Amino acid sequence: MASLDDLKKRILSVKSTQKITKAMKMVAAAKLKRAQENAEKGRPYSEKMNNIILNLSNGISDKENAPKLLAGTGNDKVHLCVVLTSDRGLCGGFNSNIIKKAKAYFSKITSEGKNLKIITVGSKGYDQLKRQYNDKIVNKISFKESKNINFFDAEKVSKIIIESFQKNEFDVCTIFYNKFKNVITQIPQAQQIIPLKSSETGNDNEKDNYEFEPEEDEILGNLLPKNISTQIFKAMLENSASEQGSRMSAMDNATRNAGEMVDKLTIQYNRSRQAAITKELIEIISGAESL
Amino acid sequence: MSEEFKLEIVNPEKSFLSKEDVTEVLVPAYEGDMGILKDHISIISFLKPGILKVFSKSGEDKYYVEDGIIEFKDNTLSILTSSIFSLDKIDRSYVSQSLSDTEKLLSKEDLDDQSRFLISQKIDVLKSINSN
Repeated sequence: MASLDDLKKRILSVKSTQKITKAMKMVAAAKLKRAQENAEKGRPYSEKMNNIILNLSNGISDKENAPKLLAGTGNDKVHLCVVLTSDRGLCGGFNSNIIKKAKAYFSKITSEGKNLKIITVGSKGYDQLKRQYNDKIVNKISFKESKNINFFDAEKVSKIIIESFQKNEFDVCTIFYNKFKNVITQIPQAQQIIPLKSSETGNDNEKDNYEFEPEEDEILGNLLPKNISTQIFKAMLENSASEQGSRMSAMDNATRNAGEMVDKLTIQYNRSRQAAITKELIEIISGAESL
Repeated sequence: MSEEFKLEIVNPEKSFLSKEDVTEVLVPAYEGDMGILKDHISIISFLKPGILKVFSKSGEDKYYVEDGIIEFKDNTLSILTSSIFSLDKIDRSYVSQSLSDTEKLLSKEDLDDQSRFLISQKIDVLKSINSN
């Protein structure tokens, strides 16, 4: 059994750990509020963008000559996966969930005999993927320096993606991120951005007659790269809200566990203190009796 | 009676402006400035760098935009733009900074006509802001 001094030290150390986790929880809660607001504020833009693109792609008459970003290269051989993770740890299963989702997709792709290329955004994702997929990672991006998520960062990522698409380096591009549902639930998402999947093609019931200025294909050619930036930006916003939410609940758990541990250790400490006193008393009494 | 329609300007980060009582909007569209009144036909177009004017009962507001997309539909004008500044509040240092950056861009050799046009457009607008 550990000595009284050891127990005391352990209690102290657990208590200071608890203080740290509590502080981290508070910080995460404050950041979460802001991140959540940002994610909500960013939604109208990406929704509007999506609507316009949908209207446009419905309006395009010959799909054959549609821009490649929309229609794809016609091949399905090389898949580019952009894995968005955080730059910091201690956020529960946040990063692992994305990685798990991504890895499942990777093995599906490779088992189908297709080529795989990976871009990691955020250092944690790179750390987790480099062991298994080091030869597949073509680029790693990290935004450790930028404090807040901004559109320029998203544009940088999309620029890299579009440039390599124009060089015909891949056919399909998918992004992985966590969608923020609420503080305790974040859903890992895989979203295909190139070629654009028009999932809601069914709603052509109200076909609008738009006037286009300049021509449709010119607009689309300009709009699609923007849309990719927007989608990535949206993913980054969702991700940051998820990260903070995930960290908050992880730190909440840690604080609670530390509290339980302190309780347990305190009981143990008190018991052994009592035992020591009793032992001393017995020794004194039996000493007195023998006189 | 009502000659008003709805205007929404959204940034990637947030909703920049939302107004219900707009009577006319002058947008610097890609192929020339364009005025939009109520019951305009549905249209999608691009913006080039320029001054966006919004007329409403409460007066006239001017904004500087660098790029963007506009969509007009069912008497709602949506403007998606990543860079928009109110002319009253625009930062002078930002204007001159952006002006010198853009001028540097123009001096590059390998520009196609389209981007050259956009850049010189931007310089003109920035200069006119600066001289005010």
